[in-house]
Amino acid sequence: MAIVSMTVNGKPVTADIDPRTLLVEFLREHLRLTGTHVGCDTSQCGACVVHMNGAAVKACTTLAMQADGTTVTTIEGLASGADLHPMQAAFREHHGLQCGYCTPGMIMTAVDMVNRLGGDLSEETIRTELEGNICRCTGYHNIVRAVETGAKAMVGAPVRQAAE
Amino acid sequence: MTGTGIGAPVRRKEDQRFITGQGRYTDDLARPGQAHAVFVRSPHAHARIKAIDTAEAAAMPGVVAILTGDDLAADQIGGLICGWMIHNKDGSPMRAGPHPALAQGKVRYVGDHVAVVVAETLAQARDAAEAVSVDYEPLPAIVETGKAKGAGVVVHDEAPDNVVYEWHLGDKDATEAAFARASHVTRLDLTNNRLVPNPIETRAAIGEYDAGTGGYTLYTTSQNPHVARLVLSAFIGIAPEHQLRVIAPDVGGGFGSKIFIYAEETVCVWAAKKVGRPVKWTSDRTEAFLSDAHGRDHVTHAEMAVDENGKIIGLRVHTTANLGAYLSTFSSSVPTYLYAPLLSGQYDIPAIYAEVDGVYTNTTPVDAYRGAGRPEATFVVERLVEVTARQLGMDPAKFRKKNYIKRFPHQTPVIMNYDVGDYAASLEKAMEIADYKGFGKRKRESAKRGKLRGIGFSSYIEACGIAPSQAVGSLGAGVGLWESAEVRVNPTGSIEVLTGSHSHGQGHETTFAQLVSDRLGVPIDTVNIVHGDTDKVQFGMGTYGSRSGAVGMSAITKAIDKVIAKAKKVAAYALEASEGDIEFEDGRFKVAGTDKSLAFGEVALQAYIAHKFSGQDLEPGLKEGAFYDPTNFTFPAGVHICEVEIDPDTGVTTIARFTAVDDFGVVINPMIVEGQVHGGIAQGVGQALMEAAIYNESGQLVTASYQDYQMPRAGDLPSFQVGMTVTPCPSNPLGIKGCGEAGAIAAPPAVINAVTDAIGHEDIAMPATPQAVWRAVHKTRVPMAAE
Ligand code: FES
Ligand code: FES
Repeated sequence: MAIVSMTVNGKPVTADIDPRTLLVEFLREHLRLTGTHVGCDTSQCGACVVHMNGAAVKACTTLAMQADGTTVTTIEGLASGADLHPMQAAFREHHGLQCGYCTPGMIMTAVDMVNRLGGDLSEETIRTELEGNICRCTGYHNIVRAVETGAKAMVGAPVRQAAE
Repeated sequence: MTGTGIGAPVRRKEDQRFITGQGRYTDDLARPGQAHAVFVRSPHAHARIKAIDTAEAAAMPGVVAILTGDDLAADQIGGLICGWMIHNKDGSPMRAGPHPALAQGKVRYVGDHVAVVVAETLAQARDAAEAVSVDYEPLPAIVETGKAKGAGVVVHDEAPDNVVYEWHLGDKDATEAAFARASHVTRLDLTNNRLVPNPIETRAAIGEYDAGTGGYTLYTTSQNPHVARLVLSAFIGIAPEHQLRVIAPDVGGGFGSKIFIYAEETVCVWAAKKVGRPVKWTSDRTEAFLSDAHGRDHVTHAEMAVDENGKIIGLRVHTTANLGAYLSTFSSSVPTYLYAPLLSGQYDIPAIYAEVDGVYTNTTPVDAYRGAGRPEATFVVERLVEVTARQLGMDPAKFRKKNYIKRFPHQTPVIMNYDVGDYAASLEKAMEIADYKGFGKRKRESAKRGKLRGIGFSSYIEACGIAPSQAVGSLGAGVGLWESAEVRVNPTGSIEVLTGSHSHGQGHETTFAQLVSDRLGVPIDTVNIVHGDTDKVQFGMGTYGSRSGAVGMSAITKAIDKVIAKAKKVAAYALEASEGDIEFEDGRFKVAGTDKSLAFGEVALQAYIAHKFSGQDLEPGLKEGAFYDPTNFTFPAGVHICEVEIDPDTGVTTIARFTAVDDFGVVINPMIVEGQVHGGIAQGVGQALMEAAIYNESGQLVTASYQDYQMPRAGDLPSFQVGMTVTPCPSNPLGIKGCGEAGAIAAPPAVINAVTDAIGHEDIAMPATPQAVWRAVHKTRVPMAAE
């Protein structure tokens, strides 16, 4: 067993875990933060994306030990209080989700994209940057619209009126 | 109620929990004291089980129990069933082999369930599963659809030639006569590639047994919890129906693969009692590839006969359908009654004859996947139509228009009676949105850049809202296909609607609430939709085949009508008027010709207070239920147009534009409907360009992860151009037809027609991968030395 400590969604946590525990298992099973999902076992789908020290990582291929001493944000910790994060709001507004299973990972990836590239994202950039996330339900059309809008809202830029 | 009623793009109620990580999917649940199950699966496609040695594994840390097929048999637990009887041409019944939930004597595909290990933790269960030693005697395997019949390898003794059924539909003589007088015949050999549904949430189950009450609970990722309960109790015999509760909480997509009753959930419920603890199983992705029912997998020879006026006069089809190693819940019906009756497409074809051989192979069972039978039929018809038009030198759009059915109702020669439609309207609208006129210019521009551009059409029709119970019963279905609903009005006027259909991404909590809010004139936030729990909802048939709108919402409508009728009686007492004078309008009960009225909520309260009437005259309360059985299938139809650009140097196909114009009848929430279309198109494009489940000769699934099975990603698709036309469906009270499968049905032929147009070939197999396209291009353009 091994001791890990990290800050998850603003709260410090310490636990004694089996060293092979994956970060996603740690979040889901130990902390019962089940918003982070598992969709595959080959690090291909992105359902498990969380932020570690502010950068997107796939929690299914990160050991909990690797997150020792870091700050982790999951979908549950994205909104501040009762207010939705602008990216969450944009996904709802543009119907960027259906079954909702890929959604936490999509939103975390989208937020990371804006943190790295800024709020003015072209459709092509968004589509390319989403290459690590699979959605089987939406066909991505509305996800792209959502990310476009969410990105503008995140940097406080005026959101162009969506055509649909 | 403008803004939230029928036709409004209301934002979804369910999204709040999904975007904040508060959804509750099966794997998110943890039952007190739960143990974890891991299945020991066959590494062989076909083998006899000589012995299973569990001794070493049983002694490993944390192991609670290891159970095998012998234990199932000892407890007299029945096998999994196929619910649709198909008859051979000669009238004899299909030949179905047994399907035990844990293999007994033999394994028949890679991934077949041999044993289950239950342990304290998942890691311990995995470790112990590795240590279970199974002595197999490998047998030769057959995996290829087209070669299964009489292959010499026998999958089930009940079907020595691997033929489950040889079935047919249509008029053979009339069709032969049509071909005899044809001036042109088009012939095509087509493969409909085998697909893996791949909802991003894998399947999961938790079985639980309460020794105090003798009751069982199953939490599971199901599209139809009631049918699961019925099958588990009545056929498999795990628990009596009243002692089994099935809960399907939030479900992360299904696409058909979560309709069926699988071995894993069966075993979890049974094992829960045996070990005296809740037993949880969650599939990993590779397990999902191996054990979720696959889709499609047809090999077809198809012919179309045309007369000298360019009029289609006959269609002849021979299809071999791979059903895999066992018959899954609805598998037998998919390549028969869900396929051949759609072979008329949108066309007036006087004579059609279809033969279908269903075969066993040593592969994962094949069952319904988004569209189920309809995509296969549409692919055949739309490839034939496209190629015929080109061979006749006609514009494919003109050829289609000429042959469209123009008068309704229309009886096809293959069972279906199309109620209503306007196919030319969809075609014209789609051509306009797609700028068909400008295609030539775009093609020339592509050519200047050294690229090949092509355009392809797909006019599809599907039969949704499945279906009148009487009709499906006469075709061999083991169940009726109606839907149930209950509308419960609380004393404060808020409403709970219990529905037997199930939502796994379709947004029922919003659309169904829109309907109620619209009909009863109450705010949408006062309406709650309850589904997915057999202890709350009495019965239902679940969600598949785009039936939730046409059938599920019709049942709700019927129950609402009963609520209004009862509320009128209450209002009559409360307003001291005669019942005949009460009108219900804009959410108020009014006395005709006066200004006396009560709001819906006030009448609800009166119904529970019951001071104004005696229980002898009128029962207190306001709660009504209804069962709705449709009178016909519904027939959504439309035209999809795909424009592709191909790089001849790499063979990469880019979808340059994709236009969809669909007629779904009345639309409750256009935002949600468009979303359904988008998702369907993505799956259809996936089938056309990249997805394929591939077995090697020894029966190993070589595409068993996302690394080997290519799923459409955001960069593989364009934004879609979506339009609608509306001819309301006459056979249900709402005029709804259904929209969930349209894209998956229409897109594959549209894409392949576009690719063949671009490369100047008549045919290319799906998936049209860059390598396949490159080869096809260079066969035409630069003959290769090696070929
Ligand atoms: S679960 Fe992490 S990438 Fe799929
Ligand atoms: S919304 Fe279902 S997988 Fe994306």
